Amino acid sequence: MTRYIVRRLLQAVPLLIIITALLFILTANLGDPLAAFGGERRRLQPADRARLERQLGLDRPLVEQYVIWLVGNDWMKIDLDGDGVADSYGTRKGVLRGDFGNSFQERRPAIEVIGERIWNTLLLMVASEIIVIVLAVLVGTFSALHQYSFWDNLITTLSFIGYSMPIFWLALMLIYLFGVNFQRWGLPSLPTVGMYDLSVGPTVGQIALHMILPLTALSVVSLAAYSRYVRSQMLEVIHQDYIRTAYAKGLPERNVLREHALKNAALPLVTIVGLDLPLLLGGTVVTEAIFGWPGMGRLFWKASNAGDIPVTMGILLIIAVLVVVFQLITDIVYTYFDPRIRYE
Amino acid sequence: MASASLNADEILARQALTPGQVAWKRFRRHRMALVGIWILVGLMLYVTLGAFFFTEADANLVDLRQKISAPSNGHPFGTDMAGRDILARTIYGGQISIIIGVLAVVVSVTVGVLIGATAGYFGGIIDSLLMRFTEAVFNIPQLFLLIVLAKFFASQTPNFTFLGRTYSGSVVIIVGVIGLTSWMYLARIVRSSFLSLKEREFVTAARATGARDASIIFEHILPSAMAPIIVTATLEVANAILSEAYISFLGMGVQPPTATWGNMLNEAYNQLEVAPWMWFFPGTLILLIVLAINFVGDGLRDALDPQSLAGAQE
Repeated sequence: MTRYIVRRLLQAVPLLIIITALLFILTANLGDPLAAFGGERRRLQPADRARLERQLGLDRPLVEQYVIWLVGNDWMKIDLDGDGVADSYGTRKGVLRGDFGNSFQERRPAIEVIGERIWNTLLLMVASEIIVIVLAVLVGTFSALHQYSFWDNLITTLSFIGYSMPIFWLALMLIYLFGVNFQRWGLPSLPTVGMYDLSVGPTVGQIALHMILPLTALSVVSLAAYSRYVRSQMLEVIHQDYIRTAYAKGLPERNVLREHALKNAALPLVTIVGLDLPLLLGGTVVTEAIFGWPGMGRLFWKASNAGDIPVTMGILLIIAVLVVVFQLITDIVYTYFDPRIRYE
Repeated sequence: MASASLNADEILARQALTPGQVAWKRFRRHRMALVGIWILVGLMLYVTLGAFFFTEADANLVDLRQKISAPSNGHPFGTDMAGRDILARTIYGGQISIIIGVLAVVVSVTVGVLIGATAGYFGGIIDSLLMRFTEAVFNIPQLFLLIVLAKFFASQTPNFTFLGRTYSGSVVIIVGVIGLTSWMYLARIVRSSFLSLKEREFVTAARATGARDASIIFEHILPSAMAPIIVTATLEVANAILSEAYISFLGMGVQPPTATWGNMLNEAYNQLEVAPWMWFFPGTLILLIVLAINFVGDGLRDALDPQSLAGAQE
């Protein structure tokens, strides 16, 4: 097992290099990266622009920029004053040593800017995953056990609608209904923007309250897909011989379902959850943008719009690593649920 | 036995069903898919016949005295920030959204089939290189890639005129960008079909007659691999329309003057509380078309591809 994990991690290295190289070419052309330095009142003079480009290394060939992004430039002399002579050492350490560069917009380390937001996104994602998995198992199992009943048909129809639901449409509906109209009707309304009331501060209660709407918007699509999945898995499993045997030896239905059926029916859900991570991350961009949630998705949207290369690349790298690691975890968890699978 | 009582004519009549008829029979049994077809037909009529009642000039007519007015007899769906009629804009915006969805899938199917077929057919180093590349692109969440690509290509594309109508150049970019970020799943499916199909006798026979690789790939193997491609491509149209809506909603998609259901929502977002009609109608149309395409795709899977996993589990 250890050998398998090590091999997979080693395989991930070239993969991540391909991914980051591809993305580096793309992000280098997000628009004028120096726009953030000018501001409205003072436009950048050509001389300043040239100096800034030299300092940021934007005048170098793309390949060199990528290498510097990767391993930094504190080991080589660079030409800062533009006289054609490389005279001083660079200051960047490169992402391999944890230096993502400075955010063009905020003029402080990109890792700091991202670090402030990433936990908010993870909070939203983890909470959403937990809700979705628990509900999907419950709803899917119920649906499978009452196949073709009124409730099953209703759930199937609803899950189709949920699966087709654009997140932004659902989010706007939720805000309009629970945020705006409830207030208008004098009912207790839910907060629609931000993480907490500025007057109250970031207490647990405030954050939980502010999470309700974004969580709902984020969860519905996955919930619809997963509950359908659990249903079809459950239907397959409960017609297997070993389930009949379990019933035949007199086990109560609860035990049969919980200990025999569910384990095998939930197994494929593990893979789906692991592989759906990119989709969920995409969902957070829209959700965070609409609900003003100070997370990584919204930061990415803003940073890429402003041509803030270090922040954009930093987020993309973190996401790519997350996705690769999650796939590995998925494979390992799979062996736990299904001992028949052995990785050499 | 029941079958013994069937006379020869009946058995012959049964066998006379072509594969197309068999598929249609299976498709008809899928009630949701039929509902989906009707919704799709309705939406198509809406965006085509609607154009006879409103000209594109109506859809772009700015009337600031009428801005943000609620649905009324004059404007059944209300008006937007610039006083433009939302009903007319959903008609013309819908045309663009649907065209973008279909064309983007043409791009993604072309790329996906080319890469998947090449990898599956030739195998070896070509296969592992192409699949590494596919995996790399697969690992970047599509929306992030969409945002980066949309910005990458966004540098001032000129408007262009086609069939007497002017479109924003961003339409072409969005088609390409969505197509280029959604081919990976299809490439994997095509590759795995090709891996198994290339070992079959008819391929050996084709090779023995001296057919060239390109001919074997496109004339011999590809037709046998069509069922999953059709199903995936259908469902992909729904995804492409959603992708357009997402990226336009974030303000990086199709730019004015061209309306799409997605960028109508972008304008509406800031008027969330004041003018719900601005986002309700385009949003609902997106939901309807995506839902209908998903129904139809599900029906197609049952009809064309009964061995597929999802079909077999039903």
